[in-house]
Amino acid sequence: MDKGLVQGTSALMRFIVQRDRLRLPLWLLSFIAMTCIIAFAFTGLYQNDAERQAMAETMRNPAMTAMVGPGYGLDNYTIGAMLSHEMLLMTAVVVGLMNILLLSRHTRADEEDGRLEMIRSLPVGRLSNLLSVLLVLFGVNVLLSVLTALSLMALNIRSIDAEGSFVYGFALGSAGMAFAAIAAVFAQLSQSSRGTVGLSITALLLAYIIRAIGDLSDGTLSLFSPLGWILRTEAYVTNYWWPIFLTAGAALALALLALYLNSARDLGSGFLPVRAGRAHASKGLENPFGLAFRLQRTGLIAWAAGLLLIGASYGSVLGDMESFFEDIDLMQQLIVQQSGFSITEQFIPVLMSVMAILGTIPVLMAVLKVKGEETNGRLEHILSKAVSKNRLLGSYVLLAVLASFVILGLAGLGLGGVGISVIEEDLQLAMFMKAALAYLPAAWVMVGVAVLLLGWAPRFTGLMWLYIAFSFIAIYFGELFQFPDWVQKLTPYGYVAQVPVEAVDWGILSALAAAAAVLLIIGFMGFNKRDISQS
Amino acid sequence: MAMLKTTGLTKMFGDFKALDGVDLEVEAGEVFGFIGPNGSGKSTTLRVLLGILQATEGKAEIFGLDAWKDAVEIHKRVAYVPGDVNLWPNLTGGEVIDLFIKLRGGKPDGKREELIRRFDLDPRKKCRAYSKGNRQKVALVAALCMDADLYILDEPTSGLDPLMERVFQDYIMEVKAKGKSVLLSSHILSEVEKICDKVAIIQQGKIIETGTLKELRHLTGTIVQVETKVPIAGLRELKGVSGVTDEDGAVSFQADTEELDAIMRHISAFGITRMDSSPPTLEELFIRHYEKVDHPGGGG
Ligand SMILES: Nc1ncnc2c1ncn2[C@@H]1O[C@H](COP(=O)(O)OP(=O)(O)OP(=O)(O)O)[C@@H](O)[C@H]1O
Ligand SMILES: [Mg+2]
Repeated sequence: MDKGLVQGTSALMRFIVQRDRLRLPLWLLSFIAMTCIIAFAFTGLYQNDAERQAMAETMRNPAMTAMVGPGYGLDNYTIGAMLSHEMLLMTAVVVGLMNILLLSRHTRADEEDGRLEMIRSLPVGRLSNLLSVLLVLFGVNVLLSVLTALSLMALNIRSIDAEGSFVYGFALGSAGMAFAAIAAVFAQLSQSSRGTVGLSITALLLAYIIRAIGDLSDGTLSLFSPLGWILRTEAYVTNYWWPIFLTAGAALALALLALYLNSARDLGSGFLPVRAGRAHASKGLENPFGLAFRLQRTGLIAWAAGLLLIGASYGSVLGDMESFFEDIDLMQQLIVQQSGFSITEQFIPVLMSVMAILGTIPVLMAVLKVKGEETNGRLEHILSKAVSKNRLLGSYVLLAVLASFVILGLAGLGLGGVGISVIEEDLQLAMFMKAALAYLPAAWVMVGVAVLLLGWAPRFTGLMWLYIAFSFIAIYFGELFQFPDWVQKLTPYGYVAQVPVEAVDWGILSALAAAAAVLLIIGFMGFNKRDISQS
Repeated sequence: MAMLKTTGLTKMFGDFKALDGVDLEVEAGEVFGFIGPNGSGKSTTLRVLLGILQATEGKAEIFGLDAWKDAVEIHKRVAYVPGDVNLWPNLTGGEVIDLFIKLRGGKPDGKREELIRRFDLDPRKKCRAYSKGNRQKVALVAALCMDADLYILDEPTSGLDPLMERVFQDYIMEVKAKGKSVLLSSHILSEVEKICDKVAIIQQGKIIETGTLKELRHLTGTIVQVETKVPIAGLRELKGVSGVTDEDGAVSFQADTEELDAIMRHISAFGITRMDSSPPTLEELFIRHYEKVDHPGGGG
C-alpha cells in the first residue's frame, strides 16, 4: 500500500479517542459490569450442582436454542457453562450494535456533515480516516476481550477459569470486530449514516435469525453467521479457539474490502444507486405527519419486516418444542398439571415479551426523531411555518402509536401464523394477536416517557435506550434468573398479563394507557414551554 | 511557475457533467477569484483540486504535482476552508484548530493567538454552540495560521460580518505580499473586485471568461451616463453601444472600448449637459454573462 494513502492515521486515531474519551470507557464499563454482575448473580441463585442441573433441564428445549443458541455443557452445568450458554449471544449482539453505531459515527456521519472534507484537505491519506476508525475499534474490541476476561477471572469463581474467560472475552471481541467491519462495508455502499446503521442492523438481525434457524436444524446454516461461529467456542466447556480466529479473519477481510471500496469512490458518494426524486411533493408529504412518516418510512418498514420475520422464526420453534416434549411425557405432565397450560402456551408470553420490547425500539425511534431534527436545526424550518409545537410533536407521537400497532401486530401475526401451522395443539390466531397487542399500552408508556424527556430534559433523551435495555434485562433475564418481583415492576412491560397463561387484565391495561396519556400531556406542556435549540 | 493549473478538467456525476473542460492557472503571489452562479461547479473544481474528488478527465496540478495522486504531499503546503463549515459538536473551537495544525504537521507560530483575537473568536466554546459565522472563523483561523503556499477558500466570507470581512481581506493582502497564492470562490463581487488580481467566471461547468479585471473590463467596455439638451437620436443603432436605458433624459449605456471615440463624437452633437463614465462593476459583467444563458443554474 502506498504510504501516502494512510498518512496521518495515528494522529486521527488519537483524535477519535479524544472525541470519544467518555463514550468508549462507558461502553466498555457497562459490558464488563453487566457480565460480572450476572456471573456473580448466578453463584447466588444456583448454589449447588442440583440447582444448576435443574436449570440445565429447563434449558434443554428448542425455544432456548432459538434464543440463546445450542446447549453445551448442559450435562455438567457449571457457573461458567451457564454464563457462556445464556449470556454470550445476547452480549455479542449488543457488542455488535455498539460497533455499528461507533463506526457509522466516525465514518458516514462525519462525511455526510462535511467534516471529513476538512480532514481530507489536510496532509492526510485517502484511506486514513477509515483505517484509523477500524484500528481504534479493533483495539477497543481487543481491550473489551482482555478486560472482560480479567474481570471474570477476578471474580474467583471455580468454574470460571483463565482459558475459558479468555475464550469468552475474545468471542465477544471478535464478534464486535466482525460487525465493525460489516458496518465499514455498508458505510461505503450507502450514502448516509442512517442507511449505514440501518443496513448494518439488518445484517445483525439476519445473523441472529440465520443462526437461530441453523441451530434448530442440523447447524449447517449457523456456519453462515458470525454469531453462529462464536457460539461454537463453547467457552468454559470445550474452549475452542478456531471460531475466534475465523471471526477475526473474516473481520479483517471485510475491513480490507471496505478500505478498497473507500479508495474507489468519491467523497460523499456511495455505491448503492441514488434515484432522482420527484419534482413535487406528493399529497402525503404536505403536512408535518407526512414529513415525519416520509423521513422514517424506510426504517419503519424494515423494522416491521424484521419483527414479522422474528415472529415467524419463533413460531417455527413452537412446533419443535411440542414434539420435543412429547418424548418426555413425564415432564410434560408435570408442567401441565401444575399450571393447566401446555408447554407451548407457557412459552408464548416469554417469546412475546422479547418481541414486544424489541418492537418498541422502532416506536421510540419514531418519536425521538424529533430530537435529531432539532439538533440539526431542521425543526426551525417547520416551526417557522404555520405549525404549532403541539401539531409537530403530535405528528411524531401519532406516527409512533401507529407504528406500535403495526409492528406488534406483525410480530404476533408472524408468531401465530407460523406457530399454528406447525403445532398440533389447537390454538387460535386470535389468542396470539391478543398476546401481542396486550403489550401496546406498555409501549405507549415508553413513548410517554420519551415525550416527557423531549419536553423537559431533551439532552437526556438517550436515557430511553438505557431504559429499554433495562426493561429487556428485567423481563427476559428476570424470568430466567428469578429476579425479585419488584424489579420487573420498574418497567411497564412487567405489568402486562402473560396471555394465554393469564387472562387479559383490562383494568391494568387501561391504567397503563392512562399513565401514558398523563406522561404525554406533561411532556407536551414542557415542549411548548421550552426553547427549540440546536444543542 | 504556476502554483495551480488545470487543463481540460472534466467531472461527471453519473451522467451529469458538473465540470466541462475547465482550464485555470494561478501564479505565485496571485489572488485568483472564482465566480459563477449557484451550481456552476465552483466547489466541485476546488474539491477536485484538493484530491477529494477524482477528475473524470483532464489534469489538475498543484505545485506541479498531481492533485489526486500526490494529495498528501500537496496538502502539506495548502490551506483549505470548505463552503459549509461543519464541526464536531462536542469539541471546542480551540481543539479543532489545534487538531488541524497538528494534522498538517506544522506548529503554530504565535499567529494562532493573534488570529483568534483579530477574528474575535472564543476558542473555549463547544462547536455546537457557535453561530454560522463563528464556525467559519474557526476554519479560517485554522487555515490562516498555517504558513501555506496556496490557500483554497470556498466562499470564505459568506457568514462573516463586514468588520470581519475586512479582517479577512487584510490577511489575504498579507499573504499575497509574502508571495503566496490564493484561490477564492465567492458570490460577494465587491470583495472579489477589491482583493483579486485575476478572475474566472464559470457557468454550467465551463469557464466562460478569465483574465485580470482590467482585461475583462476591456472586453465589455465602459458604462456611460449622459444628459443632453436634445434627446440623442440613433444611439441604439450605433456600433459598439449596448444596454441603453433612458430615464427622463438621463441615458446610460455600455460603450465598447474600440468604438468609444466614434460614440463620443456622435453624442457631443446633442449638447452634453452632464456626463459620467465608470468601468463596469464585476456585478454588471457577471449579470451580462449570466443573462446570456437562458437556463442558468446548471440543474443544481
Ligand atoms: N456528489 C455529487 N453528486 C451529484 N451531483 C453533484 C455532486 N456534487 C455536486 N454536484 C452537482 O454539480 C454541480 C456543481 O456543484 P458545485 O457544488 O460545484 O456548485 P457551486 O458552483 O459550488 O455552487 P454554489 O455557488 O451554490 O456553491 C451542481 O449541479 C451539483 O448539483
Ligand atoms: Mg459551492
